[in-house]
Amino acid sequence: MSEAQGIAGHLLSKRIVTGYGFWIFLLSDIVMFSAFFATYAVLVDETAGGPSGRDLFNLNSVALETGCLLASSFTCGIAGIGARTRRGIWFYGAMTATFILGAAFVFIEAREFAGMIARGAGPSRSAFLSAFFTLVGCHGLHVSAGLLWLLTMMAQVFAKGYRADILRRILCFSLFWHALDIIWVALFTVVYLMGVAR
Amino acid sequence: MSHSGDPAQTDMAPGDEAGLTSYLIGLGLAVLLTVVSFFISGTSLVWQPSIPVALAVLAIAQMGVHLVFFLHITTGPDNVNNVMALAFGVLIVLLIIAGSLWIMAHLNHNMMPMDQLMRMQH
Amino acid sequence: MTVFGELSWSAIPFDQPIPLVASAIVALTIFGVLIWVVVKGWMPYLWREWITSVDHKRIGVMYCLLAMVMLLRGFIDAIMMRAQQAIAFRSDGYLPPEHYDQIFSAHGTLMIFFVAMPFVAGLMNFVVPLQLGARDVAFPTLNSVGFWLTASGALLVNLSLVVGEFARTGWLVYPPLSELTYSPGVGVDYYLWAIEIGGVGSLLSGINLVTTILKIHAPGMTYSRMPMFCWTALASNLLIVAAFPVLTATLAMLLLDRYLGFHFFTNEAGGNMMMFVNLVWAWGHPEVYILVLPAFGVYSEVVSTFSRKPLFGYRSMVAATMAICVLSFTVWLHHFFTMGAGADVNAIFGIASMIIAVPTGVKIFNWLFTMYGGRIVFTPPMLWSIGFMVTFAIGGMTGVLLAVPPADFLLHNSLFLVAHFHNVLIGGMLFGAFAGYTYWFPKAFGFRLHDGLGKAAFWCWLIGFYVAFVPLYVVGLMGMTRRMQHYDVPEWRPWLLIAAGGAVIILAGIILQAVQLAVSIRHREALRDTTGDPWDGRSLEWSIPSPPPAFNFAMPPRVHGPDAWWDMKRRGRPYETPAYADIEMPRNSPTGFICAFFASAMGFALIWHIWWLVALAAVGAYATFVVFAWRDRDEDVIPAAEVARIDRTRGEARAS
Repeated sequence: MSEAQGIAGHLLSKRIVTGYGFWIFLLSDIVMFSAFFATYAVLVDETAGGPSGRDLFNLNSVALETGCLLASSFTCGIAGIGARTRRGIWFYGAMTATFILGAAFVFIEAREFAGMIARGAGPSRSAFLSAFFTLVGCHGLHVSAGLLWLLTMMAQVFAKGYRADILRRILCFSLFWHALDIIWVALFTVVYLMGVAR
Repeated sequence: MSHSGDPAQTDMAPGDEAGLTSYLIGLGLAVLLTVVSFFISGTSLVWQPSIPVALAVLAIAQMGVHLVFFLHITTGPDNVNNVMALAFGVLIVLLIIAGSLWIMAHLNHNMMPMDQLMRMQH
Repeated sequence: MTVFGELSWSAIPFDQPIPLVASAIVALTIFGVLIWVVVKGWMPYLWREWITSVDHKRIGVMYCLLAMVMLLRGFIDAIMMRAQQAIAFRSDGYLPPEHYDQIFSAHGTLMIFFVAMPFVAGLMNFVVPLQLGARDVAFPTLNSVGFWLTASGALLVNLSLVVGEFARTGWLVYPPLSELTYSPGVGVDYYLWAIEIGGVGSLLSGINLVTTILKIHAPGMTYSRMPMFCWTALASNLLIVAAFPVLTATLAMLLLDRYLGFHFFTNEAGGNMMMFVNLVWAWGHPEVYILVLPAFGVYSEVVSTFSRKPLFGYRSMVAATMAICVLSFTVWLHHFFTMGAGADVNAIFGIASMIIAVPTGVKIFNWLFTMYGGRIVFTPPMLWSIGFMVTFAIGGMTGVLLAVPPADFLLHNSLFLVAHFHNVLIGGMLFGAFAGYTYWFPKAFGFRLHDGLGKAAFWCWLIGFYVAFVPLYVVGLMGMTRRMQHYDVPEWRPWLLIAAGGAVIILAGIILQAVQLAVSIRHREALRDTTGDPWDGRSLEWSIPSPPPAFNFAMPPRVHGPDAWWDMKRRGRPYETPAYADIEMPRNSPTGFICAFFASAMGFALIWHIWWLVALAAVGAYATFVVFAWRDRDEDVIPAAEVARIDRTRGEARAS
């Protein structure tokens, strides 16, 4: 009997397995971003006589975006703690804050894109702009998808409580959200800061 | 006794076990590194050619801060699989980016630009 | 622009006899099979037990089935090409260029993405959990999603035969030919959306198997006691996770160029089409190792089983496998030596390409040393393995020849190259798939495949391969370029005729394989596998009944060393009656199938610019996920008494 129990107890918890699987997915996503990064780096000077990064980038809004995303990463961490300790105020409050900060990021970025397109510096103007819009836009799309996921998670907790599988999904969401901020660090450094400094 | 040396038995999920202190320290360090990055890119106080390198170092440091303080990736034995996977991912990213840049630089140097080629068509 | 976007009746090839007849045959066959299934009353069973199954064994079988059906379609393309080249000496042949171009593009696309990938994915999905002593993969429902998305991609490529056209650019759609300016039709779009969707499927499978192999083992099975097939599966799936995102990104950029007027790879506004070639091969080279590593794993299993010896040099095999895994990301430029990177860059990548041959050589020697001193049984899987060793060695050598940049300047894109990659893909990957199919068939279905027909099929394939492809080496050295719709060099003609003959011999092999399957099903009682261990195997999958129960192992086996099952047999306690306990198994789910339905709809709508359908399908796909996330019960419990009953029924058959 003890043998059976020993063997039966051998399986790793689903939380560890799910977390690891999502970690592997995130690494694949980062490889995808690296292909866009490589393309951006190759095409960064191909402005086809049009505007370059120095002409277009507004570092103030980039700083604001960075602040929002970094803060949202922090609030996401708080939300994770709230979920683990099953404290509703922490969880719902922090998730709401994360949503607001993330939405602010997306709004500022959308406004930046719209402004550039209005000035004739849209993605079909030059290869540089195609690469810029795709790389930064891909990140923005990931953030937007994350916001949708965030709302779904809040709805799930509201409807079903802190069930084990829902907690696993919250773990995956917070991994996703932190990874997006890591990618943003590379993004604002390589695209915006280096773009303006060159 | 029942888990004969299988390292996977005592693993930890990535992202788990990060406490409030960890997040606060992480936030503080990340804010600091971000502010310094923005400052360096705009200032003339630093030797100009070193700016890209400095920005890269600061970015890598901040990514490290995120990994350690927000995602709790450590070098402990319960994190080996997580670190190995991360190392593999980083290796691939470096190969793709560095490899592409090196290859494309040579290609662009040797091959006539497309718009010049197209002009030759007429 | 109508409500159906660009879609109109002119999309159906009423004016082209060959595609029209082909479409009619395909449509009739599919509808015929569907009607037969419905009339026989099999739909509820198929829906319950196969379509909504999240069981890795079922999904593995479906992957292999998809691969084999697509092999038929891809092979028909091949026969058409060989026939065209045999005929079209100083003539136009029977295939106009626009059609011929679609055929060679479809041939490559289908064979790589919808034959080779599903075949190895199917074998890995079926076998790996069994060899690890696990109940299922890490994420069973995700596994189903991955399979059905792959099927969705296959559906889209095949749909292009009937509605619209396929790409005419070759299987890697190089720009600027694949840009909107030079490929204004839907062909390239069919390719792009099919591969993007199928690529997601492959990625999901990759994540699943990496997690399973690293995190889910029977007690006592440390990494150094895993069967070699699991190690090669790990390496292959790590490569999938690392390489497919690059393909996804690259094709996405081409899609953006075509749909939204971006300038990644265009001729104007600064686009750089060389970057496409660079990125696509950064995926493309790891891809071939994704395909061949599982085949290497099959050979390790088959050779050790049928030599009655443990695999020689386990540790060096593992090291060689992981070395190949990493090195495969350092050689990709050898696919475009002639694009102009210069001698320095070419030399580095040429040397790296030769270095990567070394670990493969280590593996071949280890297989030979395994056979040496063993008591060899020449079953069909063993024949496929020996055929592989000879054939792949030759193919690898021509590869090392091509890795020399000056030689490649002569041979790039000639038929020599075509012969090389068919040599390694057929001799390496396909022979391995056939060996695995024959080897594990009894485990999946409970009866063996007919031996004599298997051997006959092998010989047809082996001889047919050489007759079909050695002439291509010759004619490539004579200067013939690939993808030629017609030619006027008389020296090439006899070789191309011989090559066409070789294709016919291979056709005989394929027919024999089909007959073998039919005959084996007919005579399954005579071929019944009663013990679950028809080959006196070495690894854990042979310790359970054939076919295995849903839960695989009534009790996870305790592993004390490598070759776990052989070890248990040697200790004289192979079939212990365990203390039965309740088993939780994941519930079946239609999520995968429905998700793929919406993906197919979305892909089709994107191709034909039916924008409202795109939005609807996207919403549908998201809704599917939400519905799945909302379900309350993930698992069904099989009570201990039921487990005991199933185990004993099959155990009785084994004991007798």
